[in-house]
Amino acid sequence: MPWDRATLALTLLAIDPTGLGGANIRARTGPVRDAFLEALAVLPSPASKLHPAMDDDSLFGGLDLTRTLQTGTLTQNKGLLRQYPTHVLTMADRCEPDLAARLAMAMDAGTLQTLVTLDEGADADEAAPAALTERMAFHITLDLATRDIGLLPDEVEITRAQRLLPSLATPDDTIMTLSQICISLGIDSARAPIFALRAARAHAALRGDTAIAPQDIETAAALTLAHRATMLPPTDLPPEEQEADPAPPPSPQDIGQLEDRVLEAVMTHLPEGLLDQIKVTGRLGSGSGAGAKHRGNRRGRPKPARPGRFSGRNRLDLMATLRTAAPWQKLRGGGQGHIKVQPSDFRIKQYEDKSDRVLIFTVDASGSAAMARLAEAKGAVELLLADAYARRDHVGLIAFRGEAADTLLPPTRSLVQTKRRLAALPGGGGTPLAAGLLEAMAMAETTRRQGMSPCIVILTDGRANIALDGTADRPKACSDADAVSAQIRTNGIDSIVLDLGNRPSRYLSELAARMDGMYMPVPRADAHKMSGAVSAALKDQT
Amino acid sequence: MKQPFPFSAIVGQDDMKLSMILTAIDPTIGGVLVFGDRGTGKSTAVRALAALLPQIQRVEGCPVNSEKAEDVPVWVEMADKKISAAPTPVVDLPLGVTEDRVTGALDIEKALSNGEKAFQPGLLARANRGYLYIDEVNLLEDHIVDLLLDVAQSGENVVEREGLSIRHPSRFVLVGSGNPEEGELRPQLLDRFGLSVDVTSPTTIEDRVEVIKRRDAYETDHEAFMVRWKAENALVRTQIESARQSLHHLKTTDSALTDIAALCLKLGADGLRGELTLLKAARAFAAYRDDTAIGRDHIRAVAPMALRHRLRRDPLDDAGSGARVARVVEDVLA
Repeated sequence: MPWDRATLALTLLAIDPTGLGGANIRARTGPVRDAFLEALAVLPSPASKLHPAMDDDSLFGGLDLTRTLQTGTLTQNKGLLRQYPTHVLTMADRCEPDLAARLAMAMDAGTLQTLVTLDEGADADEAAPAALTERMAFHITLDLATRDIGLLPDEVEITRAQRLLPSLATPDDTIMTLSQICISLGIDSARAPIFALRAARAHAALRGDTAIAPQDIETAAALTLAHRATMLPPTDLPPEEQEADPAPPPSPQDIGQLEDRVLEAVMTHLPEGLLDQIKVTGRLGSGSGAGAKHRGNRRGRPKPARPGRFSGRNRLDLMATLRTAAPWQKLRGGGQGHIKVQPSDFRIKQYEDKSDRVLIFTVDASGSAAMARLAEAKGAVELLLADAYARRDHVGLIAFRGEAADTLLPPTRSLVQTKRRLAALPGGGGTPLAAGLLEAMAMAETTRRQGMSPCIVILTDGRANIALDGTADRPKACSDADAVSAQIRTNGIDSIVLDLGNRPSRYLSELAARMDGMYMPVPRADAHKMSGAVSAALKDQT
Repeated sequence: MKQPFPFSAIVGQDDMKLSMILTAIDPTIGGVLVFGDRGTGKSTAVRALAALLPQIQRVEGCPVNSEKAEDVPVWVEMADKKISAAPTPVVDLPLGVTEDRVTGALDIEKALSNGEKAFQPGLLARANRGYLYIDEVNLLEDHIVDLLLDVAQSGENVVEREGLSIRHPSRFVLVGSGNPEEGELRPQLLDRFGLSVDVTSPTTIEDRVEVIKRRDAYETDHEAFMVRWKAENALVRTQIESARQSLHHLKTTDSALTDIAALCLKLGADGLRGELTLLKAARAFAAYRDDTAIGRDHIRAVAPMALRHRLRRDPLDDAGSGARVARVVEDVLA
């Protein structure tokens, strides 16, 4: 996004900070981001800085334990959310769903009026939580060089626009136009057109106009709708039409023309790789999914108590705390029914918990397997899914065929989605086994970082013939697959190889051994037998 | 703080609105599960519901909203037990909440300042005789889900920890909402919800425009908007109140019972909870319509929302359970 467009979004937000909710700023740290963050000063100040690991008491208010103990009187802290008008959430890509849910709740209730999230995610799957981005009007991506840094928003203009805002007229067809744009971009949420409307209003006020004009709608749509688009509108107009004459004043006959123009404007700002996104997630930025993460202070097997700070997120081990405080009572002057406890005495309860498992199905959809067994493999995965559902496992789906491997589904607990993706999987082409393994390993690593334990399930007939670089070279393909499987072993990822070939293949059993995984020939198996084999193997491992 | 968006001003979403009204008429139906995409008005409807519910009589200041003075749990220290009217509680259970906050725990404040061993009631206490709302219920951690299941079944919250031994009634209507693309619910919890509805964005452009218009009016012209919808909200509330009265006089004919049983049998719905819920929902719907007996129309109208989440999962059926129920309803009640 160019600099002036990014600052324009910020200016509109400053004009109507509560109505527009906020902005998600996606940028890596650097001079461009620093310069842009300076511009945040135009928002209602002072701003509080939040970070994802913040505990509930400091956010929403609660008992100030350290103070209470020191002074001996009950001290409450108010919580940051109530004290400041603007909030900046740093490292929003690391924000957990529960914090996001509570911030979203505060936004709905109106206690949190303006939120700016700073998203430093590098990959598409590292993003600010969808529950929050959905409630903020703008999505600003700053992938600029230092020389692109331009002017900062003008505070005088903002104050002037704020005065104009309440008396601004909204032409009748504006809402209709915005709704139609949303439909053609595949945006279902009712929040999107409302944000677009308010942004258009703010833009008109910024121009010093008394009513919303087509150019306001155009700019507002580009800023608030482009990043929410889930599909591209049908392109029946050549792109040159966008440079058409300046807009004539809107009259009922012009509505159709206006819509087309606006659509063009949005399309030029659609994020790159939108089509890929649609294929992978079905919906742009549709959350990171479930992910009951391993956390050490709530459930599982109890472990010895540890010293720590008492906050809303963990539990105080009362007995251990008292035991720690006991030897000091004489020195501290306690005794006679009074025990003096200091913050350093706090002992926090700890539990050890088995983390959730992710089954990463890596399915061979190549020509050789497609002819023989792809349908069977699909059936087996479906049966395994039902099993995984009962055990609350997460499931990811990767297919390899042709020249490369595709992630059909990032890890999820949604049975419906997995089934749909699997059913739509076509077969044919070469067997890029190495690419499939590599993709599976990457997914395994990602899920492990999220605190889950991954297990790769490979369904193939093992005739690897496409190397990692996409060339059809059988020996190289095999050696590539060997190299990747050795890496999987080094990384300590569990794996199971299901041999779909007509006869058990020596190569696959060696491959499994190299991964230190389980090898299971399933000659002429039906889907039921196959799923039984995997279930049994999984039970052995646990 | 701003008043929530009025319930009757929500455009369309008739299934969702009806299901909430039915649980308001008969809380024993057992809650509503709302599944749908973001921005389809799920949380708006729940927040609006609070303003719509009739008031309850409760002992002032009682942490579990007891109806009569003698019902106040023994661990509550209260001097005078005055009974007054209060809004039906609608309590939010946020994701990532700790077990202590849900069940209640040792009151650390009192323990530290007075050296007293006192119980600090949790969300389950506050939700007694009211609603417990969980947004993104499908992302809720399993141990909290287990806890809720246990309490929802027994109607009582038992706390045994840190030297406390406390129990108090906790009967609430569970309302959950979530986005099915982000994960599914365990069948045990699914079964706990009486009714289940799927919401989608309005399909016609007129409805969508109306949604934006009303929301915009709500935000920019708040006072006037609330006044405009006050009467409609009051109407729904009166309907709920009169339906509550007539609920007990409604006749349940044998033929209605046979219909309900045949329907559940044909669908293969697990357990008897399906039949009971369908009966209660049909009865509440008949009362809402001010009819005198449960007829086939009532059953037909509420069968999808009462049964769609109780079917055994068929991994190969993509049509959605709602459609399956509707098909069978047409067959059986033809």
